Parts: sequence; structure tokens; C-alpha cells
Amino acid sequence: MLLISCPYCGERPEEEFAFGGDASVVPPNGAGEGAPVGTETFADYLYLRDNPKGRHREHWIHRYGCQRWIEVERDTVTHEIHAVRVAGEGK
Amino acid sequence: MTADIVRYSIFSLAKQALASHSGWPEAWRKPEPKKRYDVVIIGGGGHGLAAAYYLAKLHGLRNIAVLERGWIGGGNTGRNTTIVRSNYFLRDNANFYEHSLKLWEGLSQDLNFNVMFSQRGNIILNHDFGGADGARTRYNALRLNGIDGEYLTREQVRYRVPDLDFSPTAHFPVFGAVNQPRSGIARHDAVAWGYARAADSLGVDIIENCEVTGFDIQDGTVKGVQTNRGDIAAGKVGIAVAGHSGVVAGMAGLRLPIETHLLQAMVSEPVKPFLDTVVISPGVHVYVSQTDKGEVLMGGALDGYNSYSQRGTWPTIEDVVAGAVAMFPRLRGLRLMRTWGGVMDMTMDGSPIISKTPIRHLYIDGGWCYGGFKATPGSGWVFAHTIANDAPHKLNEAFSLERFRSGRVLTERGVGNFPHHH
Ligand SMILES: Cc1cc2nc3c(=O)[nH]c(=O)nc-3n(C[C@H](O)[C@H](O)[C@H](O)COP(=O)(O)OP(=O)(O)OC[C@H]3O[C@@H](n4cnc5c(N)ncnc54)[C@H](O)[C@@H]3O)c2cc1C
Ligand SMILES: [Zn+2]
Repeated sequence: MLLISCPYCGERPEEEFAFGGDASVVPPNGAGEGAPVGTETFADYLYLRDNPKGRHREHWIHRYGCQRWIEVERDTVTHEIHAVRVAGEGK
Repeated sequence: MTADIVRYSIFSLAKQALASHSGWPEAWRKPEPKKRYDVVIIGGGGHGLAAAYYLAKLHGLRNIAVLERGWIGGGNTGRNTTIVRSNYFLRDNANFYEHSLKLWEGLSQDLNFNVMFSQRGNIILNHDFGGADGARTRYNALRLNGIDGEYLTREQVRYRVPDLDFSPTAHFPVFGAVNQPRSGIARHDAVAWGYARAADSLGVDIIENCEVTGFDIQDGTVKGVQTNRGDIAAGKVGIAVAGHSGVVAGMAGLRLPIETHLLQAMVSEPVKPFLDTVVISPGVHVYVSQTDKGEVLMGGALDGYNSYSQRGTWPTIEDVVAGAVAMFPRLRGLRLMRTWGGVMDMTMDGSPIISKTPIRHLYIDGGWCYGGFKATPGSGWVFAHTIANDAPHKLNEAFSLERFRSGRVLTERGVGNFPHHH
């Protein structure tokens, strides 16, 4: 059982959250705002993943809490959580 | 040099019985790695072993090694719930898995090792009109592809699986079901051991405790691998490492359309036989069967976040057990005996990759999601073909890495892109 420290609500059990996937994956065209990109670049964005064995930056939503998106840095082997921050403030 | 192999038969059994079973030779040798092989397969799970076996048996290659980081059968091969079926909707998947199922039907004879393949059906319940319509569509497609499948009414399901909850208060009432009668289960360890022994008897070196740590790639062509037991040169290299596909491909500089996730399974204490098929409820997303030892075997969905841990967490265990009890109320009083997890190579479209790679003479077999055990013979068979001919077989042409660039992805459910398909 993971305990995730929501930056808004504090430490809560994993069951209150839903997983939102790899946070390092960002749309190459700035979600439609930027210049268009080629289909290959866009396909790579859709499908390819680093899939690290170790630290992973990922999105979670505190669905049964404040319902806000957060970014968690978690180890995919030990499940240890190294950092939690407000989504979008990452890197 | 091949092992001093004894064919298993009633005669060898009787002979060994008279000698108090003290004379059985080991099932495969423990050779030291050679300096060079024609083909090196990375990963001694069912897929890697099967590929080596078919390379030796069908393609005339003899100088082959299978390099396994741990021990034979220690990966997902020995952790899965052994459902074997070919009830796929898309033609490319249907043809491939049906080919695999046909190989299963002759596997014990072929390997001279009893893999205990038991064709006991695979019953997928539906709980409402929509579910029934969807199931009929899929099973009609199945039959059009020449594969067996049948629709069962609620009464037929009750006759076949009387212990399901048919009461008026059932959480997910049984509306009907589809069944693939030729589906079944098998003894997972025996599949790994059977392929290992059969490959070894054809001269394949199976090298355990040998972890690949890097590749030797020159001018875009793979020349060998680095391991914790020294460098090994290779004419061709095949990657068959399931949950570690991304890690090993990464050593060759490749990024894959795969995420590694955790899938759990669990067994209860053993009870008398009450269930002679596999039952799946899409309502609770749980599947249940009974092992030959009498344990009730249960599995469900992924834990839900990227993981290489091979250890599950409680919320999923609770979900699975609650679902199983909703399906079979009489399981309520049973004690849970054991839970475990495996690392799953989840592709972004839910279909596997058996393919050449951008690096010459480097091939990959991975992305098995929930379903690689049933694919073991078929996957080994087409992967061997792909490696031997440096080109895919017709049966795995569609499972290319390229499809994630060209857009010809294979999503059974018609949705995606996400790594949770099953
Ligand atoms: C709980 C659970 C239930 C499942 N249920 C089913 C089911 O009912 N039906 C079904 O069809 N499928 C099922 N599966 C999926 C199935 O088990 C897998 O898809 C399949 O076993 C994967 O192929 P494999 O057997 O070759 O993998 P594995 O047995 O995992 O083999 C891969 C091997 O590669 C080795 N390896 C990794 N990295 C390296 C390295 N660097 N160097 C050397 N070796 C390395 C690993 O140690 C491992 O032994 C289930 C899986 C799990 C976890
Ligand atoms: Zn919160």
C-alpha cells in the first residue's frame, strides 16, 4: 500500500488516488499550441516510453480527495516515493 | 556435445522405479558459455526456450545459447495462471493464437514431457444485453476465422458451473456466456522444463545465472552481448525478456511502445473439485479456476502503476478476492494461501511485438501483456522463423515494431493508446 503525500491534503492511502501515467511524456506540439510536428514524432509521443527500472516521474489524481493532479517521483522497483509536487511544476 | 538424455516412457519409468529413482540424469546440462554462438537468445522464459528449440529443430541451427539472468522458470513462465485460448477478434491475433493453440495440442508428445495441457474450456460471462451482443459479435468473428466458440444461455451456464451465484440478489447476475471449448490450462513449470530439456537435447546451451548487461553493436549490426559471465559473440541475437523488454532494448539504444506493470495472482487453500473450467466475469474483472491440487486460483486486473517489483499490494488482492466471492459465494469461508506478482510487458495497443529491430540481426519478442503464456509455442515458433530467415513469418508480420509508426496498431477493443489492454 502506497502512502502518497498530496501537496494539498497531506498523506493519504493509495486507494484515494488514480494513476495518470508517465509525466515525462509531453505533447511535442505543445498540445496544439505550438508548431505542427511530423507524424513520426507524434507517433513516438503517443507510443514510446522510457519505462525506467528505478525512478519514474508520474501523474496521479487525488480522485477521492481534492481531485487535483499531482506529480509523484516513485521508484518502480521499491515503490519508494521520493518526491510529490503540484502537477506542472515538475522537472 | 549433447546431454545423456533419457526418453521418458513407461519403460524408462519402470526401470527407474526398480532402481528407486536414483538413476535419472539431469534434464539439461549446465554448460559454461562459449566464446561465440550463431544465435544468442536473451531470456530463459518459455518464449526464449521455445525459440531456441524451434531454431534447432526446424531450422537446422545447432550453435545456440539461451542466456538467463536467474533460473529457468523463475520469470512470468512460473508465475502465471496458465490460461491457454485463441478467442481473439482481430484476424492477425486470431490466426497467430490459433496456431499456438494447435501446437499446444501436440506439445507433450513433441517435447516428450507432460505439460499437462487440459482443454477444459474458457467461459466468459456476460451480465446484460449489451454484453451478450458484444460477446456474440466476437464469437461469430471467431467462428468465421475457423476457430471453435459457442454461446451459452444462463441455463447452460448454470448446468456447466452450478456454483456461480444464480440467486436473485447476485451482484452481477449471469445473463449468458461464451465458451471456447478447446481452451485450457497447463502446468507452467513443465512448459519451461520441457522446452529446456528438449532444446538441450538438440545441443542448445542453456546458461543460467547469466545476465546480459550490454550489446556489442558495430555499424548498426549486433555482434554480441556483454554479460556478467563475460562477452559472448553472436551472429544473431533475440531478446525474449518479457517484463524487462524495455530495459534490455534500452541497452541497444531502442525505446519501445511498452510499459512494465504488475499483475498479481493468488490461490486459496485446497478444496475438493468443484470447478472444471475457467470462468471470467467482465463485471468484477476477475477470473477463477481450480488447480489440480484443489486450490482456487484467482486473478484480476493490473495493480495500476508502473512496477518492476514482482510484489503486489493489498488493494488489488482485496478487489480480486471480493470479485471471486461475488462470482462464487461459497468461496467466502476459504483462506487465502498465497499471493504473488509478475512484471508484465504491456504494449500500448495490447498486442505483442515479434519483430526485427532497426539494428541488423537483433530481434525482439515481447509486449505479452496478460497473455504470453498461451502464446509460448506459437511465439517461439514464429520468432525462430524470424531469426533464421531474417524476416517475419506470415503469422507475425502484423506484430512488427513498425506498426507504432505506420499507425497499423492492433487493438482488440478498438481503443487505445494505453498500456492496460488484456
Ligand atoms: C500473475 C500473472 C498471471 C498471468 N496469467 C496468464 C494466463 O493466464 N495466460 C497467459 O497466456 N499469460 C498469462 N500471464 C502472462 C505470461 O506469464 C507472460 O506473458 C509470459 O510468461 C511471458 O513470456 P516468458 O514466459 O518468456 O517470460 P519470463 O518467464 O518472464 O521470461 C523472461 C526471462 O528473461 C529473463 N531476463 C530478464 N532480463 C534479462 C537479462 N538482462 N539477461 C538475461 N535474462 C534476462 C528473466 O529473468 C526471465 O526469466 C500472466 C502473468 C502473470 C504475472
Ligand atoms: Zn489532495
